Amino acid sequence: MKKLGLIVNPVAGMGGRVGLKGSDGAEIQKRARELGAKPESPLRAIEALKVIARLKDQVEIITYPYEMGEVEAREAGFDPRVIGSINSGETNPEDTMQAAQDMVAAGVDIILFAGGDGTARNIYTAVGSGSDIPVLGIPAGVKIHSAVYAINPKSAGEAAALFLEGKAVNIREAEVMDIDEDAFREGRLSAQLYGYLNVPENKKYVQSVKSGARSEKAEVQGIAAEIVANMQDDAIYVIGPGTTTRSIMQKLELPYTLLGVDVVLNKQILANDVNEQQLYEFVKGKKTHIVVTAIGGQGHIFGRGNQQISPRVIRDAGKENITVVASRDKLVSIMPRPLLVDTGDPELDRQLSGYYRIVAGWQDTLMYKVGTE
Amino acid sequence: MSRDRYTRFRKFHQAKWDEEIIFELSVPGERGVLVPKAEAAVAQEVGDGVSVLGALKRNQAPGLPEVSQMRVNRHYLRLSQETMGTDVNIDISQGTCTMKYSPKVQEHMAARHPGIAEVHPLQDAETMQGVLEIIYKTEQLMKEISGLDYFSFQPGGGAHGVYTNASVIRAYHQSRGDYKRDEIITTMFSHPCDAATPNTAGFKVITLMPDENGFPPLDAFKAALSERTAGIMITNPEDTGIYNPRIREYVDAAHAVGALCSYDQANANAFLGIARAKEAGFDMCHFNMHKTFSAPHGCMGPATGAVGYKEFLSPFMPVPRVEFDGSKYVLNYNCPQSIGKTRSFLGNFGVILKSYMWIMQHGAEGLKEAAICSVLNNNYMMKKLKDTKGVVMYYDFGVGKNRLEQVRWSWEKLQQDTGFGTGDVNQRLSDFGIQHYWTSHHPWVVPEPFTLEPCESYSKDDLDEYCGVLAEISRECYEEPEVIKGAPHNGPTHRVKHPEINDEELIAVTWRQYLRKKGLKK
Repeated sequence: MKKLGLIVNPVAGMGGRVGLKGSDGAEIQKRARELGAKPESPLRAIEALKVIARLKDQVEIITYPYEMGEVEAREAGFDPRVIGSINSGETNPEDTMQAAQDMVAAGVDIILFAGGDGTARNIYTAVGSGSDIPVLGIPAGVKIHSAVYAINPKSAGEAAALFLEGKAVNIREAEVMDIDEDAFREGRLSAQLYGYLNVPENKKYVQSVKSGARSEKAEVQGIAAEIVANMQDDAIYVIGPGTTTRSIMQKLELPYTLLGVDVVLNKQILANDVNEQQLYEFVKGKKTHIVVTAIGGQGHIFGRGNQQISPRVIRDAGKENITVVASRDKLVSIMPRPLLVDTGDPELDRQLSGYYRIVAGWQDTLMYKVGTE
Repeated sequence: MSRDRYTRFRKFHQAKWDEEIIFELSVPGERGVLVPKAEAAVAQEVGDGVSVLGALKRNQAPGLPEVSQMRVNRHYLRLSQETMGTDVNIDISQGTCTMKYSPKVQEHMAARHPGIAEVHPLQDAETMQGVLEIIYKTEQLMKEISGLDYFSFQPGGGAHGVYTNASVIRAYHQSRGDYKRDEIITTMFSHPCDAATPNTAGFKVITLMPDENGFPPLDAFKAALSERTAGIMITNPEDTGIYNPRIREYVDAAHAVGALCSYDQANANAFLGIARAKEAGFDMCHFNMHKTFSAPHGCMGPATGAVGYKEFLSPFMPVPRVEFDGSKYVLNYNCPQSIGKTRSFLGNFGVILKSYMWIMQHGAEGLKEAAICSVLNNNYMMKKLKDTKGVVMYYDFGVGKNRLEQVRWSWEKLQQDTGFGTGDVNQRLSDFGIQHYWTSHHPWVVPEPFTLEPCESYSKDDLDEYCGVLAEISRECYEEPEVIKGAPHNGPTHRVKHPEINDEELIAVTWRQYLRKKGLKK
């Protein structure tokens, strides 16, 4: 029998309806309740679980007590195995982390969780990037910058069901991101890339032979080959974070940071994981190329998870020396919305807008629009 | 095949057997044909016929199946009864493939007429004047159909034709001393070979993603154009079935920067006899003779990509060119600027012959009628399918409201409502005696896609039956999910898990691989 680990962050999403831009922290949750906020995520979890209910006899749900999953599972018609303990009505991030660890220990096949970016971050902290166990988010939070979420509760349920049935067993790495809520409330947006979690591939079936479908992995290898083949001598290459850009560093056989910015010159590493100041020192006045990919569920090429590549760094390199890399599937998942720039400098954002040739493979580019919203 | 009195669905069941692979039928020593030993007089001249092979002789006999003639016959007849296709069922499922009726007299001519079947491609041109005459006359017909000036039938398929055109584009620019043009522009809803084959030919390819209307944005196209653009390779109508009414603006913009325009006319059933590549401003084009002109195709079988050019590109066409000198037909290899030969001999002559016959059977008015009829059939089906629960028609507004010969449909709503997507519906189709449909090229821009092309061959009753089956499957998805989960029911094998058949480690495409992977033989 397959085992599904279920974690519901019962307070996720409460801050949204009442205009609090997030729900992290006990104080904010209290204010949200005072403003009349109702828990959103239990309802969303139930919606997702109802899709999985068709596998009721083939899947055992392992979950935490009360509102952290037990109630939702029963509501959807399951008879869950309940582990752990919580203070009902006063759950906190530690409960989410403990629950995730307990589920890994219980040997679940997949962890399905309802929450927002904060919840995804807690799960990431608990299970780490080394974990083989796939996870999938039911979007219920105010902030959804992370790419570990399905587009809606129903499709989360469907993707989990397909995975448990063995129909969609491919796994991809998806970004875990979170923004600083306090800064956001003050009008500043600072999104950080925390890491990657394995999620089930949302494509349901492999395509037939006629489609000539290449795997995303092969496409990414083509992207790396294309970038490396066109690298110019004596020019600084700023390689942004992400799994697609990582392939370039792997192709060059250089050490890399998945979450940070690396600097390359003449196919040799200059520095790994530089901060903004260090980066600017490297590129100032030099011939520079910036290679970035779309980060997070919204498809940001600047301003989310790669703030080290600041407005002055971008200006110094020049728009014509920015290369955006992304697989076809990634762009299709964003269509018809444009890729986004949010550097914090509106004038620069405007200049960076327009059509780009997105490198999608070996000698293979896609014309795609970059915009500000 | 009898039909239910009320629902009109067929009481279909596939062959109940799962025919063995012919290697499994092999019995050591069993023979279909016993080859006699050489007579003494012959042996005296050339030996036993084996030793002359010298080093070419195999050390081991080839691992062929050893089966008698009668059992071979039974095997293939049983296999043929397990298939589905145009000659067995309503085959409007293969959108973009134009699965029209292929008159059997064509087959008879191509396969049995001694003047055709007994010709050897290496014969002297003077001894196969009839074959050359047919190629020459087909060229004259295709010139009229497209408005262009010269045709070659060398390429062995549509993608091969596009590859040939990419090669001609390069030869043209280089003949003018222009070596910097190394980019080809195409669109996401054009056939993938418009991107893949120029890429294989060495070009950098830029693909335009569709906008919210389903069209390649003109401003994106203009942003992609430069002095590096060698050409554009574009399908119209695209695989959505939407005709881009502004195509002339794309062509003019490309010409303005010195690029050539190549028209992928694999979807020509939409406008045959109505619109031509010439009037749309294109410099070159290709047709799929095995689709639009009925010569059958499938299973990667013989095909012909007819490639057409304006006068100024003719020096670069493939050789040999079939010409008429006033008294006889000749093969002209003397074309110094030609890209050369793109296929052995004269191409797939059987396909050219069948296409020639089909065009002659129809005449100019008939071709036009075929296009009108196929657009009418598609629009009739569109009206019916739009009302089917769970079906979504993307770009169903503005120009997109009107489709030509096909539609790329979506089961997105069905998937959201029931969890069943296009793959599930596809599995169930065969239970009704209809072969699986074509979903979409990659990537799936239209989610949960299926592409239907009811060309001119199908009757109203056929279309009603097909739409009825889809409506019934939709009903089952909503009301009887168990039926869908277990489908197909009326066949010898049940659902095959897709990851498995896509896993290179698990699948075996040859008998030898099968034995090795099963651990039966090293």
